Amino acid sequence: MRILVPLLCGGLFGGGLVVSGMTDTLRVQGFLDLFGGWDPTLMFVMGGAIIPMFFAWRIAANREAAVLGGPLPTPPSTQIDTRLAVGGIMFGMGWGLSGFCPGPAFASLSFGGSGGLIFMAAMLAAMFAARPITGMIFRGA
Amino acid sequence: MEISWIYGLIGGLMIGCAAAVYLLVNGRIMGASGIAGSIVDGSAGSAWGERAAFLAGVIGVPAVASVFMDMPATNVTSNVPLLIVAGVLVGFGTRLGSGCTSGHGVCGMSRLSVRSIIATVIYIGAGVLVIIAARGMGVL
Repeated sequence: MRILVPLLCGGLFGGGLVVSGMTDTLRVQGFLDLFGGWDPTLMFVMGGAIIPMFFAWRIAANREAAVLGGPLPTPPSTQIDTRLAVGGIMFGMGWGLSGFCPGPAFASLSFGGSGGLIFMAAMLAAMFAARPITGMIFRGA
Repeated sequence: MEISWIYGLIGGLMIGCAAAVYLLVNGRIMGASGIAGSIVDGSAGSAWGERAAFLAGVIGVPAVASVFMDMPATNVTSNVPLLIVAGVLVGFGTRLGSGCTSGHGVCGMSRLSVRSIIATVIYIGAGVLVIIAARGMGVL
């Protein structure tokens, strides 16, 4: 169950990304293109996703443990620092330039052609290198 | 375009339900960059199996569907250097900022986390500005 449930959740997530149109990079870029032909779809996707999660957090707050046992996530970090800002700026730039964020890049991996594979390879390589590099730059920050 | 918001809402509800079940049943936060990043850099620890299964579902269900039906076009740019730069920025930035559209945007904002709301405003703002700049320079 600990493996089957994530597999099904991942499938629902991937399916939702395709149904919502978020695997279409032009639609995502259209959302960010405020001064072009703005496409509000992403706002509906995020809004739709937040509704069930809002209630899930309420339920989680009244539970001691997850259904399969083990702890529920601890309260979120409240630290707002340089890492958060610089990371957000870098992510937003890459997201705007390509129209890809990590979820849709995975969901479209099988049908997105070589462009999607190139993006995925670069993203995973950077994720692999991120910890050691940020450890050097942001020592103590 | 006219009905795209309905599909957006339906797909969004699917994404939110997936995140809700993953949270309540497995006790984990559904952030795509955290799931993928912790697998590739080895920080997933005992959560490795659950996270790998999640990614297998994300990739696998659209892959199986693509056998039976036409999938929507991804319209990915054919500009290879741009894809590499963008991939590096997304990979590095999401690890540094501890989240992406699913982690900060969906899971964090629904928890009313101020940190996640600020992160989301920053990355959407950066995305808007980079589109303006790229259009100005003729890159997009």
